[in-house]
Amino acid sequence: MSRRLLVSTAALAAVILVAPLAQTPAAGQTPSSAAKATTAGKAWTTPRTPDGKPDLQGIWSDNTLTPFERPKRLGAKEFYSDQELAELTKRVREGRQGEEVEGAELGAANPQAIRYDLEVYGFDRTKLRYTSNRTSLIIGPEGVVPPMLPQARERNAAMAAKLKGHEFDGPEQRSLSERCILLNQIRIPMTPAANEGNLLQIVQGPGYVSLLHEIDHSTRVIPTDGRAHVPQSIRLWQGDSVGHWEGNTLVVDTTNFTSLSAYRGSSDKLHLVERFTRAADDTMIYQFTVDDPTTWAKPWTAEIPWTKTKGPVYEWACHEGNTMISTILHGARVEEEAAQKKGK
Amino acid sequence: MRSWLSDSVMAGVTAAILLMAAMPGAAQAPAYRAPRTADGKPNLNGIWQALNTADWDLQGHAAAKGPVPSLGAVFAVPPGLGVVEGDEIPYLPAAVAKKKENQANWTTLDPEVKCYLPGVPRATYLPHPFQIVQSQQNILMAYQYAGAVRVINLGAPTKAPGDSWMGWSNGHWEGDTLVVDVTSLMDSTWFDHAGNYHSDALHVVERYTPRSADTLNYEATIEDPKVFSRPWKISMPLYRRVEKDAKLLEYKCVEFAEELLYGSLRKKSSN
Repeated sequence: MSRRLLVSTAALAAVILVAPLAQTPAAGQTPSSAAKATTAGKAWTTPRTPDGKPDLQGIWSDNTLTPFERPKRLGAKEFYSDQELAELTKRVREGRQGEEVEGAELGAANPQAIRYDLEVYGFDRTKLRYTSNRTSLIIGPEGVVPPMLPQARERNAAMAAKLKGHEFDGPEQRSLSERCILLNQIRIPMTPAANEGNLLQIVQGPGYVSLLHEIDHSTRVIPTDGRAHVPQSIRLWQGDSVGHWEGNTLVVDTTNFTSLSAYRGSSDKLHLVERFTRAADDTMIYQFTVDDPTTWAKPWTAEIPWTKTKGPVYEWACHEGNTMISTILHGARVEEEAAQKKGK
Repeated sequence: MRSWLSDSVMAGVTAAILLMAAMPGAAQAPAYRAPRTADGKPNLNGIWQALNTADWDLQGHAAAKGPVPSLGAVFAVPPGLGVVEGDEIPYLPAAVAKKKENQANWTTLDPEVKCYLPGVPRATYLPHPFQIVQSQQNILMAYQYAGAVRVINLGAPTKAPGDSWMGWSNGHWEGDTLVVDVTSLMDSTWFDHAGNYHSDALHVVERYTPRSADTLNYEATIEDPKVFSRPWKISMPLYRRVEKDAKLLEYKCVEFAEELLYGSLRKKSSN
């Protein structure tokens, strides 16, 4: 009991820590789907930086109601009609706080979060919206992450078995997110986060595109000069990213992940290709393809429209205020001591 | 013998004078015109690093025994001439005791030991490179240490939404010099391992001036009326990391600080 209480107190502290920084896409912007942006955007041309590269700069939000995986009953249906989307949006916005809607990713307005006063923290469900007509962020007929290969399931089960019974031994057994080493929301590829969505700021200089993720001030400075990856012996929590331009698209290739920074059960063989394309003044299409032959039989791809939004991007310091690890470990030690006394 | 000794003393004195003369010389921006970016601004893009011992002690200091005797010569304190103009940090009389206490207990109190964000100006002279990504509207500075980062606004100055570890930076150009005004810094960072500290009233004005193709001069004027009797200044050159494909790598130091921070809370091995 005491452990559960301590853990949930720590979780509450974490939510309070991040909540006041919540941002929703700038109000008054209409949802523009990728399809709409390309057809309606005939007169629109990609802005350029002074040195002639596509200009991706600005502050972006990837907040969206579109779920990562497609609801089963939709089968191979990849897009909603405009009318279906309007009805779904209406159901979300008029729903009671905490009421789930199939086909909608409510993020912070989800039922688990109803104990907080969402309006105080800016999680107003009447502002939630879809950012495209897609039924899921994962594209293609399946719309879900492919089944995991048996070898990958075994690998992950072995890791979980090793941890079992030792979850509270020391900091190394806690999650990377709790330890402020690699928060779930800042993992690459970048996907909409449960709490407040992500704010991403892009700043470009000659030969580099830098991508600042508000959560945990996670920053990638990506060279676009065609250089190779760092040696394979150097493994990095966020991998090694190198980029190049293909027309108006920035293509970023990332390898050299550690075996611990796995994405959805992948191994350190994870190979990620991200594509950033401006589709309108207020829209960026972020697409990524995940490839790991030791985990999935084939690569899979997701597409997330980003919406331009206003700053400021706050400093999101995590480790500096982390009382979660010490609270959890202390709770476990107190519980062990109590159990020992009882046993005597 | 006598003449050899006096010669070498003289040589030492001459070298010292030359070094002292060289320091203010570095502070005065030499007549060098920096290459321009496509929009005509001095081009500060690149990966830069300080090559001094300011992170150990901003003031001049001799080499000394390191904090971990078992590491011998590897982690001893390297000597340095110091980066403070006049070598004096003008503490208010009431603020001196805390500096001394910090210095005596730095191995447990220094925020850098705990992998906390370094603040400004310390981020600049940590023994790690940092990268300047320069755009028209803003400049991003990414620091290898702890993944620290800040974005300097070059537009109309904006007000900080709140205090933070890396502060709030508004910048503008004065000729070839990038001038950055940094405010809203928390009181939780230090300047060095020697326990030099500040309060939440800290105000830093930085000046980045190109002095050759591969060096910048860095100056920071430090003002904090709660701790110092007057503003004071540090200055140092920053060197470009010129090696091919130089790149910031991850230095996510949280895991290196966990034993220090949480070690006492580990499960004791069962008997």
